[in-house]
Amino acid sequence: MAASLLSQAMRRCSAHTCTVAFRRSLSSAPSSVFNRFLLKLNHHFYDVKNIVGWSSWLRTRLVRRKNKLFSHTRQRFGDNIAAAYYILSVRGSFRFAGQSEWFRPDSRGRFSYEFLSTPDAHIEHMDLSGTLINHDGLDNLVRQNKLQTLSLRGCPEVDDWFIGRLHVFGESLVELDLSHCSCVTVGGLAALKNLRKLQLLDISGLPLLQSPGLVRILVEEMLPHCRVTGADYERGLTQTDSLEPPENHSETSSHTNTGLRPI
Amino acid sequence: MATWRKLLVSACAFRARNATCRTFKTSSRGAEKDIFNDLESQFRAFREKAATAMPGSDWNPFELTAGLPPERADIVIVGGGVVGWSIAYWLKRKEKARDALRVVVVEKDPSYTQASTVLSCGGIRQQFSLKENILLSLASADFLKNINDHLGMLNEDPVDLQFNHSGYLFLASDKSAHIMEENYRTQREVGAKVALLSPSQLKERFPWINTDGVALASLGLENEGWFDPWSLLNALRRKVMSMGVYQCFGEVTGFRCSASTAEAKDGDIFNVKRIKYVNVQMPNSLEYQPVECAVVVNAAGANSGKIAEMLGIGLGPQQSISGIPFPVEPRKRFVYVVHCPDGPGLETPFLIDYSGVYCRREGLGGNYITGMSPEEAEEPDISNLDVDHEFFQEKVWPRLAHRLPAFESLKVSSAWAGFYDYNTFDQNGIIGLHPLVTNMYFATGFSGHGLQQSPSVGRAVAELIVDGCYKTIDLSAFDVKRILLQEPILERNIV
Repeated sequence: MAASLLSQAMRRCSAHTCTVAFRRSLSSAPSSVFNRFLLKLNHHFYDVKNIVGWSSWLRTRLVRRKNKLFSHTRQRFGDNIAAAYYILSVRGSFRFAGQSEWFRPDSRGRFSYEFLSTPDAHIEHMDLSGTLINHDGLDNLVRQNKLQTLSLRGCPEVDDWFIGRLHVFGESLVELDLSHCSCVTVGGLAALKNLRKLQLLDISGLPLLQSPGLVRILVEEMLPHCRVTGADYERGLTQTDSLEPPENHSETSSHTNTGLRPI
Repeated sequence: MATWRKLLVSACAFRARNATCRTFKTSSRGAEKDIFNDLESQFRAFREKAATAMPGSDWNPFELTAGLPPERADIVIVGGGVVGWSIAYWLKRKEKARDALRVVVVEKDPSYTQASTVLSCGGIRQQFSLKENILLSLASADFLKNINDHLGMLNEDPVDLQFNHSGYLFLASDKSAHIMEENYRTQREVGAKVALLSPSQLKERFPWINTDGVALASLGLENEGWFDPWSLLNALRRKVMSMGVYQCFGEVTGFRCSASTAEAKDGDIFNVKRIKYVNVQMPNSLEYQPVECAVVVNAAGANSGKIAEMLGIGLGPQQSISGIPFPVEPRKRFVYVVHCPDGPGLETPFLIDYSGVYCRREGLGGNYITGMSPEEAEEPDISNLDVDHEFFQEKVWPRLAHRLPAFESLKVSSAWAGFYDYNTFDQNGIIGLHPLVTNMYFATGFSGHGLQQSPSVGRAVAELIVDGCYKTIDLSAFDVKRILLQEPILERNIV
């Protein structure tokens, strides 16, 4: 009888401790340090939101710094040298008209200053692939109206507004490489109509194009003398059994302007 | 009731525990501490309730209708279109401390079915003749260029406006070629990138245009095109509501003002009002809330004239200032979507002919959007948004087919109608304070250019309210007093 009384008492006490623990968890402070820290942060919600906003501002600081206007250099040394200096500082490479060797920075970003010796030489070929250039940085390059080739392969900051500013090279640009630029859409490609002398255009690997085959057809119609590579005709078509093979397999054959659309 | 029950329960438990576990000293002490913890938390709850009952908090013992605006606000913006939200955004950007300004945006229609913003064609251009218009449009293009810096939010997708950089193409006849040349010089001076084309150059670039009757053409090279106005409106709303602006769906039905008299130079005495309360009526209800406010902004678009009439502007004697009505009224414009499989492709700009007809590409499937401004005498009826298809057959199609021969065979897929907030005085925006109302700012009357000028107009009005003067673009030419002095500033159009 004593044993049964004791066991009943034990059971009631364990129930009591359970209820105590339950009530404590309902009432005041949570137990772990992390939860208490989160609760404290929640009291300062807008301050935390601002701090997280600063971190995203810091992340874009590098892009802004790379795309500053070199106005002092341009005033002191002239347009061509300022453009050359800008291209090398943003880790691109270029070649002057009439010369055969390219000016490139090395892997650590250092470059030689030999371009200072030819202030009147225009830049004819620019390779800006993989750089952080955006529509603001193009301010440094707009005076180079003898530019013939421009490569923007894999530039993450090149978007439609950048392509909209390329009209300044409308009378001279012959080759343009826009492949793997993740921000370019068909609205920007519509601005390529101002590049009247374009003969080679690469639009492969643009993830934001919804129907790349259709876009390629429209761009080929828009620029009749231009050879467009990338964005195969088959891409964007739904896979069905009754699909006929496309007429034009090879990407390198040029598309003449007959006004017909090969559907 | 719940607290009494809790006390009772804990008291019973305490007694039960004491009866059975007398030997377990620690547990009983734990039970006492537990009683005091409970009491402490109940006292805390009571203190919080007492604090909310004190004046200064937003708690109200009566049940309120959902969706009522707050009883007090600093700035009430009448109109939830792109101009109204843009003003709210810039006010929150420019306020001196966090939550320094309580801004309420009042919009009549929660579904935006008749709002001019969402029914717009979405074009933006810098080819104007007035310097202020060009500057406004350039600043707006800069805003749209960096839209994710302005309206981007954490953990949300970046804003996608679907901007097409195709530019505007204006065609001028012999009579208006000189106006186009002067406009070109002004645009170049201010910084817009525009090119003039002769008919042969035009034919070379756009072989599908019939250059018959065209003496000169002007093509926008940069910062011109069209975009999706609904994405801009939603991006603005999302960002501005996260900054703490209240949105209220209701209609402004009246104002409660205090009046004082003022004397003009020529001895005229008239009433100057100061708005104390804005009456906001709930949708489908007679219930209204008077919102006490310091400043009211009239960004109501096509209905701005009605709002101005509620304050007595235009209802006074004919010869005085209060007899001049506010010259903004709704004008209906039709937009037709046509499908033409042989039409021009990706290079189609926003073409505007000297006959008044316009046309732009829509999407990649051979669809185009077209329309025309009707003559003054043939303005359509504004009581509804029904589309007049006869207008397309009689007026738009012949002119369109003349200019673009490929459009002789086309099919109208759909059409819609929208209101312009048409400024009958000079068809340019009206921004600023009215002499008869000391605290109402007007930002309306853009006559079809509201969408493209909205980001920079929002900034200008916020500068007027917060700083007292224009800081970035000087828009004193668009002030309200030009209407009272009868000095119009007209755009020199080529149509």
